[in-house]
Amino acid sequence: MNKYRIKSHPILNVKEREKVTLYWKGEKIEGYKGEMLASTLFANGVRIFGHHHKDNSPQGIFCANGQCSQCMVIVNGLPVKSCMTPVKEGMRVEPLENYPKLPESNEIPEFGPPRIIKTGVLIIGGGPAGMSAAHELGKKGIDTIIVDDRHRLGGKLVLQTHKFFGSQQACYAGERGIDIATKLESQVKSHESIDIWTNSVAVGVYVDKKVGILKDMNEYVLVEPKTLLITTGAREKSLVFKGNTLPGVYGAGAFQTLVNRDLVRASEKIFIVGGGNVGLIAGYHALQAGIKVVGLVEALKEVGGYKVHKDKLARLGVPIYTSHTIVSANGKDSVESVTIAKIDDHFNIIGGTEKTFKCDTILVAVGLNPVDEFYKKAKSYDMNVFSAGDAEEIAEASAAIYSGRIKGAEIANRMLSLDEPVPEEWKKTGDVLKSKPGKLHKRRIPEKEEGVFPIINCVQEIPCNPCTTVCPKNCIKLDGDSIMNVPLYVNDACIGCEQCVAICPGLAITLVDYRKSDDYVVVTVPFEFEEGTINVGDKVMTVDIEGNEIEETEVIGIKNVKINNRTPLIKLKTSKENAKNIVGIKIQENIVPEDSIDTSEIPDDAIVCRCERVTAGEIRKLINDGVHDMNQIKILTRAGMGACGGKTCRPIIERMLRQAGVPENEITVSTDRPLFVEVELEKFAKGEDKNE
Amino acid sequence: MNNYDVIIIGAGSVGVPLALHLAKDKEKVLVIDKNPSPGQGQNKAAIGGIRATHSEISKIKICLKSLEIFSHWEEETGDNIEWFKGGYTYPVYTERDEKTLKDLLVIQKEHNLNIDWKNPDEIREIIPEINPDGLRGGTFSPDDGSASPMLTNFSMYKKSVNYGAEYLFRERIEEIVIEKGKVKGVKTDKGSYNAPVIVNAAGAYGKEIAKTAGIDVPVEPESHEAGITEAYEHFLDPMVVDIRPDKGSNNYYFYQHKTGQIIFCITPDPNYPGHNRESTSSFLPMVSKRLINIMPKLKNARVRRIWRGLYPMTPDGFPIVGKVKEVEGYINAVGMCGQGFMLGPGLGYYLSKFIEETLPEEDYDIFDQLTLYRQFAGDEALK
Repeated sequence: MNKYRIKSHPILNVKEREKVTLYWKGEKIEGYKGEMLASTLFANGVRIFGHHHKDNSPQGIFCANGQCSQCMVIVNGLPVKSCMTPVKEGMRVEPLENYPKLPESNEIPEFGPPRIIKTGVLIIGGGPAGMSAAHELGKKGIDTIIVDDRHRLGGKLVLQTHKFFGSQQACYAGERGIDIATKLESQVKSHESIDIWTNSVAVGVYVDKKVGILKDMNEYVLVEPKTLLITTGAREKSLVFKGNTLPGVYGAGAFQTLVNRDLVRASEKIFIVGGGNVGLIAGYHALQAGIKVVGLVEALKEVGGYKVHKDKLARLGVPIYTSHTIVSANGKDSVESVTIAKIDDHFNIIGGTEKTFKCDTILVAVGLNPVDEFYKKAKSYDMNVFSAGDAEEIAEASAAIYSGRIKGAEIANRMLSLDEPVPEEWKKTGDVLKSKPGKLHKRRIPEKEEGVFPIINCVQEIPCNPCTTVCPKNCIKLDGDSIMNVPLYVNDACIGCEQCVAICPGLAITLVDYRKSDDYVVVTVPFEFEEGTINVGDKVMTVDIEGNEIEETEVIGIKNVKINNRTPLIKLKTSKENAKNIVGIKIQENIVPEDSIDTSEIPDDAIVCRCERVTAGEIRKLINDGVHDMNQIKILTRAGMGACGGKTCRPIIERMLRQAGVPENEITVSTDRPLFVEVELEKFAKGEDKNE
Repeated sequence: MNNYDVIIIGAGSVGVPLALHLAKDKEKVLVIDKNPSPGQGQNKAAIGGIRATHSEISKIKICLKSLEIFSHWEEETGDNIEWFKGGYTYPVYTERDEKTLKDLLVIQKEHNLNIDWKNPDEIREIIPEINPDGLRGGTFSPDDGSASPMLTNFSMYKKSVNYGAEYLFRERIEEIVIEKGKVKGVKTDKGSYNAPVIVNAAGAYGKEIAKTAGIDVPVEPESHEAGITEAYEHFLDPMVVDIRPDKGSNNYYFYQHKTGQIIFCITPDPNYPGHNRESTSSFLPMVSKRLINIMPKLKNARVRRIWRGLYPMTPDGFPIVGKVKEVEGYINAVGMCGQGFMLGPGLGYYLSKFIEETLPEEDYDIFDQLTLYRQFAGDEALK
């Protein structure tokens, strides 16, 4: 089982875990107690979890988040989503082939109506926004229930091993997402008025203003809140291309779940589609876990994510292909390679520019959509409902922390009829944190060649300032009043303490030190990889800000101290000529494409609806036949009727309708119905309320 | 150019098959619906059961015709409508229900319906997993079945278009235009269309549409709730109807669709009148108990989605179909009481012949029974 386990990690603490034995197709396999079955199977090299009933296509992990049903397997005779099922000793796991069988049973459980629980505020979603809101409500003593379908609070923060942007005072900038999750979680736990329901999933909002929740994945209860706050975050957008549902094609979130939460080496070589922060960060996480990143495509001329994230990846040796798109995922039963191609200004593939790379995994990171179904339903039922974080507007986690905090305070004020307006400052900060990356500036390098000073390679306006607050000599200041301004080295009083190098979330600051010798310069660069990846005495390939090779350079020192929070600093011995240009160390060899294959536009056999295996061709044919009603398309093809309820395919079908020239006002909104996820009938019947 | 032989209001379970039959007979038909596409009213909320085993000749005749159409549809058109001949069972656990069903059986036998009383062992052969505790037997009608309402509706819509029927969607009827006691046509929010015959097949909105012609029909929608599970390997053939009342509900029924899902539906008590179709929190706890009670293995079936659909009810549980005295050319096809899908194809057939005045003498009894001018004193035994 060790082949696909991460045994050591530069950021994450790999603890000894209790082993359990279970069976896959009758064969003994090992897992760790408490981990999700999907991860256990992955760690044992299982990539195909079953075959679809419609076309017998292989099924594997896609969302790893309980939203789709592609990871369904049979456990002890019952079909379950393996990504949401903790492993247990002796479990018998079988692939789901065709339709599952409903097992025989003659036992009738004891029945009872569900408990009805009243509360001041119900928060659905325990991520950054939900936790921050809960903290504000807790401060005011308002009785609150916070619900999350995971075993702990934190949401996607628990997958974020990198240091966060933003401002240090406002939202923990410079700290790692995983640590912020723990801090926020303990804040929430400190309030007696807050009831934390982890491992509990909200399944529906009903017209009688109650919310159905499967508490502890076992007891179905109805919660009647005075105020409902939706902080359900976002889901990843899907993309249609040939082979898009082969096992091995999945979302960046799923990848981070496998790698960073469950320490499974999910892949040997990945390819990333999408140059937003999510894709760029996932690439960095992959490298840290010892997984090769073969490349990243972005359809636009420049990546959408922060330049510092992109540069960080490029410096490590990941080729970034802008103005390119994915053409196909290739392979028989799972991904064996990826084909990409250049696109023109109208996003059409330029024939003859195809390149094919060997890889076993393709991460789709083409943006996020708010999970706002609950909000919309509750609003239409005239409930007192609010949303915050990504569920309200897609932005960075630091922005979600702020928007949750603001909403929490506003709700508390309203409920207590207090006249305490939320500080204007919060709103301002909240808005700044939501900003998209702004203007690019020139790299400003001090001319002098003596003493010691930092080189700042942060040239794009983003909301971030830890370097300015960490400097003990106030040498670094922002180039203006806003946290969006770029940092500059303004006060030439550097003492070489290296704190700015270590704290920068973008790894965009180096230190040049001329004091040691007249013959060489010592450059200090941050390097967040495992101990032993680089050793003193090694020759490493140094690169400039964007990853262009400079020279082979000797490592003369490695400093890994606790205060630097798992960011080791590497000392390189170099020439005066190169010193100021060295920004990082390349760790990946150059990657060359395979022989290319010839392809044209999105083929009809690309899958749009994963759950029901509906192809682009089937939908295109209907659209061409004049079927333009989303509900009609759903009915005729079953696209959107599957397990996920159209969460994945709906935006794609809407896009296809637009592309076919259907006017915007004629694209009908498809009807959402409960439930949010599937629940066994027994759960609804077996209420705990014995008073009725 | 806006002149037609017949205008049908409503492209749902009733309007579409009627348009099909009329167009097939070369009538120039226009169907108008306020929704963006066919079947977007209650058709898509229907669960798909089809039975001829009713208690009065009108519905029996209509549904026998429907069954004939459903069961041959795929071979005749090549379109898969997921028809499955699994039959209907009414398992019985109380003396009272046994008497009700056995009394009804006499009438059903008189009409030559293929339905019989089965003893508990026979019922257990038909439904192997049924709860045997207190099972007294039940009726079984093997010729009944189920199909996909949405696929059926769309297939019939396409066929009707092929025969020349015209459809206008996203158009609302403002008025049925009447001159000198005769219908002249309809006025919508977008235009005017003329025809000497106007059929009101507006389902849950039948009453409102009739009112624009100055006609009062006693049709009030009430809402029932339904749900669907994920798909399982086939294990259940018939529709199972449990007519026992329970706290909060009257009868309920369920079946396994041809594509594997269990679809279930309940009649709430008291009923929910009106047009609201949003799901309530009481439905799942209520229906799940009843389902597990009658078939314990269903406890592990996972519910995927729930919804509500409207039953346009009449006082006696029978549809209102046919001409009216006040306005010549106006025809009701309303108040299907939640059975529009199973009645639709057969009704379309008979009503088209009725409109074309080619209906054989012996079939006029359908329209005599379903007239607006009946007493509404009776009560359909199994609504």
